[in-house]
Amino acid sequence: MTAVTTDQSHLSTLPPAQGRANLLGTLRSEITKIRSVRSTYWTMIVLFVVTVGISALITWLTASHWDQASLSQRATFQPARNSLIGLYFGQFVIVVLGALTFTAEYSTGMIRTSLTAMPRRGVFYLAKALVFAVAALIIGEVASFVAFFLGQALLNTAPEHISTTLGAPHVLRAVVGGGLFIVACGLLAFGIGSLVRHTAAAISITIGVLFVVPIIVNFLPTSWSNDIMRWLPSEGGTAIWNTAQQAHEWPAWGEFSVLLGYTAAVLIAGYILFRRRDA
Amino acid sequence: MIEVRGLTKRYGDKLAVDNLTFAVEPGKVTGFLGPNGAGKSTTMRLILGLDRPTSGEAMVHGKQYQALGYPMREMGALLEAKAVHGGRSAYNHLLCLAQTNDIPKRRVDEVLGLVGLTEVAKKRSKGFSLGMSQRLGIAAALLGDPQVLMFDEPVNGLDPEGIRWIRNLMQALAAEGRTVFVSSHLMSEMENTAQDIIVIGRGKLIAQTTIDKFIAENSTGTVKVRTPQAEALAKAVAAAGGSATTSGADALVIQGLSTDQVGDVAFDTGIRLHELSQTRASLEQAFMELTADSVEYHATVQGSGQTAVPAGGRHAAGHAAPDGPPPQITNAPPPPQDTESTSEHAGRTS
Ligand SMILES: Nc1ncnc2c1ncn2[C@@H]1O[C@H](COP(=O)(O)OP(=O)(O)O)[C@@H](O)[C@H]1O
Ligand SMILES: [Mg+2]
Repeated sequence: MTAVTTDQSHLSTLPPAQGRANLLGTLRSEITKIRSVRSTYWTMIVLFVVTVGISALITWLTASHWDQASLSQRATFQPARNSLIGLYFGQFVIVVLGALTFTAEYSTGMIRTSLTAMPRRGVFYLAKALVFAVAALIIGEVASFVAFFLGQALLNTAPEHISTTLGAPHVLRAVVGGGLFIVACGLLAFGIGSLVRHTAAAISITIGVLFVVPIIVNFLPTSWSNDIMRWLPSEGGTAIWNTAQQAHEWPAWGEFSVLLGYTAAVLIAGYILFRRRDA
Repeated sequence: MIEVRGLTKRYGDKLAVDNLTFAVEPGKVTGFLGPNGAGKSTTMRLILGLDRPTSGEAMVHGKQYQALGYPMREMGALLEAKAVHGGRSAYNHLLCLAQTNDIPKRRVDEVLGLVGLTEVAKKRSKGFSLGMSQRLGIAAALLGDPQVLMFDEPVNGLDPEGIRWIRNLMQALAAEGRTVFVSSHLMSEMENTAQDIIVIGRGKLIAQTTIDKFIAENSTGTVKVRTPQAEALAKAVAAAGGSATTSGADALVIQGLSTDQVGDVAFDTGIRLHELSQTRASLEQAFMELTADSVEYHATVQGSGQTAVPAGGRHAAGHAAPDGPPPQITNAPPPPQDTESTSEHAGRTS
């Protein structure tokens, strides 16, 4: 039986406050938030299953049909990229989580409570983005490495030796980059979420930018599309897991920084609006 | 201590808060009154720095809210009860707030006990009744043991038990010397709770006064008398400086004299009285008249007293906390009107 009282003798006294609410406390708070809702676990499980599953399927199909592959297919085959194809689908899952991380604060009304606890909005925004980025990095790297190793094992079932190892040129960069690609896509969605503050809108816009725009560009005449393509965030992202440079791309890190550029721009714009707008 | 100076907020064409200046003092409950749409919630959001004022400023302990070191340790606020992520448990909701403000974990358990939510602490708040959500919001407000508390329409939608609990809590907090600022669109909710009131309408300050003054100034005392000698009494009353109007065959309504004076007049003139009573215009009436010019939608204000409790609300709350009956304040002086129906105030004077 709890007899309610505001008599402070029933409550322990708080240790006196020293300093002020800062980034460290806000990071801890955001960690509690992200790990205390089921959607986090669901999206992470789905991301892992989709990424690894599709990679496994593709590499298995590649290995079992290798004897029918054309000469040009054999010449341009990139075993690392082949085993990381699942990330292309994993990006959609992290887009959902990235958008939700920010927009759920608004759809639930939690933002008003959150900003009462931490009214310094820059600190709040930074903590939220950082905690999400670290979570995305962990699941992204795990999915990328598992997809790679499982994929290479399946490629080993081909009649010829077509698999690769982490020690081969550019392969480690491709696999680590796969996880970074997931982080960048997630942060892009987070940033767009902070601009539009609406879950469905944020997800649709991000998927439109990452998925629909490149398809449209593909229908343009090749001379145009190649020039435009290298400036697209999607192309910038997927270039990171190529082990051989494509004709219409810059080198991997250069191309990847296109995606990072878009992500940074959206995050900064979102931050500026977040500071100014009414909650 | 909350101070608001020249506070103004414009949303597009709409002037929601118009040059408000007032101070909320510690040690008492200050009611913040105004019809729906008057700008109470907006003012509170401005105080918390959630919305940016168009001009003017709001200070808590002499600082803007954003500048407070550990804001939750200085000020606790309950805005809408549902300002939580429904997928998160009550415990984790409070924990994430505590972590930002460097408040130890055990304090989370303590405030959960304080509001009677211990049993459902690990449950997702999605399933909470309005009353439980309200308690969770209050737990968050009390988390940092703050000296300043602000509640926006805390009793909206609560059953009488919940209403009494919140009233007692607010009075106990004020008795401890804290600043308690609470909004309502119903005078009746305030008259037994608040010592000071601030009345606004259409964003403007209409009155800042004490509840006693407000009652004294706004209850036009009329005396009702039944007597077989109505005509004679009317004359005697007029001679004594009052005015009487007949109401029915043997009844008079007298203004300008107290019951004592009317009784004395009757005695002196040998007039037989069958009834002598004071009738008082309700405070709600006075409040409505005061804010009549500033009411946006008359129908809403009239009806809003009855919207309240969803049929299942009380049951759900009782069900989820089986042996945690609505907790009571043990050390607070019980308000004298405890047993009255909560929205009636006619009984006050007769
Ligand atoms: N975010 C907003 N955008 C536009 N108008 C608003 C906003 N918030 C409040 N208002 C308007 O400001 C006025 C005051 O609203 P509010 O502060 O909620 O009043 P109260 O809490 O006293 O009922 C209302 O007319 C309301 O419609
Ligand atoms: Mg309101």
